[in-house]
Amino acid sequence: MSEKALGGRPLAEVVPLSQLGRTTRLQKIRVAPTLAAGLVLLVLVIVVAITAPLLTPYDPIEQQFTEAFLPPFSTGHILGTDNFGRDIWSRIAFSTRLDLQIGLLSVSFPFVFGSLIGIATGYLGGTLDTILMRIVDVLMAFPFLILVIAIMSILGPGLTNLYIAVGVVGWIPYARITRGETLATRHLEYVLAARTIGCSSARIMLRHILPNVIAPALIYVFTGMVLAILTGATLSFLGLGPQPPTPEWGAMIAEGRQYLLLAWWMTTLPGLALLVVGVALSLIGDGLAERRGG
Amino acid sequence: MGRAAYIRKRLLLMVFVLFGVTVVIFGMVRILPGDPAFLILGDRATDQKAAELREQLGLNRPVLEQYWMFVSGFARGDMGQSLLYRQPVGDLVLRRVPVSLALAAYAMGLAALITLTFGILAAVNKGRWPDQLIRVGFLFALTTPNFWFGILLILLLGLTLRWFPVAGFGETAAQHVWYLFLPALTLALQLSAVLIRNLRGQIILTMRSDYVRTAHAKGLSGSLVLLRHVLRNALLSTLTIFGLQFGFLVGGAIVVETVFALPGTGQLLIQSITARDYPVVQAITVISAVLVIVVNLVVDLSYSFLDPRVTYE
Repeated sequence: MSEKALGGRPLAEVVPLSQLGRTTRLQKIRVAPTLAAGLVLLVLVIVVAITAPLLTPYDPIEQQFTEAFLPPFSTGHILGTDNFGRDIWSRIAFSTRLDLQIGLLSVSFPFVFGSLIGIATGYLGGTLDTILMRIVDVLMAFPFLILVIAIMSILGPGLTNLYIAVGVVGWIPYARITRGETLATRHLEYVLAARTIGCSSARIMLRHILPNVIAPALIYVFTGMVLAILTGATLSFLGLGPQPPTPEWGAMIAEGRQYLLLAWWMTTLPGLALLVVGVALSLIGDGLAERRGG
Repeated sequence: MGRAAYIRKRLLLMVFVLFGVTVVIFGMVRILPGDPAFLILGDRATDQKAAELREQLGLNRPVLEQYWMFVSGFARGDMGQSLLYRQPVGDLVLRRVPVSLALAAYAMGLAALITLTFGILAAVNKGRWPDQLIRVGFLFALTTPNFWFGILLILLLGLTLRWFPVAGFGETAAQHVWYLFLPALTLALQLSAVLIRNLRGQIILTMRSDYVRTAHAKGLSGSLVLLRHVLRNALLSTLTIFGLQFGFLVGGAIVVETVFALPGTGQLLIQSITARDYPVVQAITVISAVLVIVVNLVVDLSYSFLDPRVTYE
């Protein structure tokens, strides 16, 4: 701001400096409650994931048959124990690592691949675009979970195959989002200007279009992570995910099913953990979307 | 483009998608490195079994001929032999389809009730506590894993309060309604979580339009305007979202059937995967994809009839 704009007076006279600092600071920290709540929850979850070995004295897979079926708030076992006498809190905490990893890894490849494909087809158009849209039409015809299960049935159970199966269809939303945004941007002046000064298509797509169309795709990452974590948990509930005795929430819920009346905590608590992570990520996604939408 | 041309185009697209779907399923075992017979048999594989399977599936013939056998077989209702049950896949699957369809239809009915009730309630109370409560409540429904929610319902309403049976399908029609209530509710809550968001937004948007203001100005009562004028238009968009969500409903039904031990296709699918009964997996995947394609076609076409303003491009 030049002094001229302030009527020739120094800035400090127009707005007292103390106030100036204060307003900007307030503006900076004004975050929608939805977003804030989501972020706080997610940070808590991440802290649990990182510090899992420090939070619990028990090995998540060590069996202690004399300690089996202890209810929550038993001495030494805050969330109780399961049928093998394993500490539930320890299993939930260690599983946080695995489930966050599933969420993160399952979206990273689809996000990068899908966004690039979406930008390329949106910008270049033509046959490439038509082919992409038909592939999308075909893949969208499959119920997501059934296609993932069908792929896993060939590849076999396990984590790596889970990533592959989710990745086969997971890129579609990102491609659709960035393609739509690119279609809306590609006739804007700055793109035309870039083309006029002789930028290559690749440069225009990566340096000019990408930064402007990536935000909605990034927001969708949070929805994608919720979907991936739920899918991972569902597959491991069905016995197709990480194999026992690896602690995973979905698998823990499945293990507890037979002891529903005897030990309700075996199924209830891991589900709550899933719920917390899902709500945290959804709140962040919603909060960011609201912020963009104004 | 007129409506007839639109319908023609839409049907053509459907034929293409059907073709694509069969190619994907057909190609799935063949695209991977290694002998498909060994892939399908997994750890059960012996040279002799593999040779038998190759013969049975026609794997020793040219690829195009194999594909033709696969597609024409499906069209005739001949979906091959189950490796586990040693029965025709068609009999095995089709016997279970009614259970799954009943579950899906039931869930859709419940979802419609829940969506209308809470969508309208949220929209007319926009920003006030009922709206916030509904929003938070269904955010939870959206992120709750359905298998876990189903188990909670079993624990609470089935085992503890003994209001509902916890497994099976029942014998009579009345029993079916009774037995399917909890599984259908599990599916419906998740489906309505998505639909309510959309319906609420659409109602609020429609309320702002001129014709609604005119209706109010004519002196029509608020509820009449809401039900007759606003809702009709708002529901159109929700219908499209429903079409898009149908695939998730079918996928969710697989899991929920397993949780409630319903003798439907979902349970068969999970069994078949554990037993590596690939022909059954293949058949169920194709059938569910066809179902999704048909439902979306119906939604798209009915949209063009329900809303005369729709232009086709």
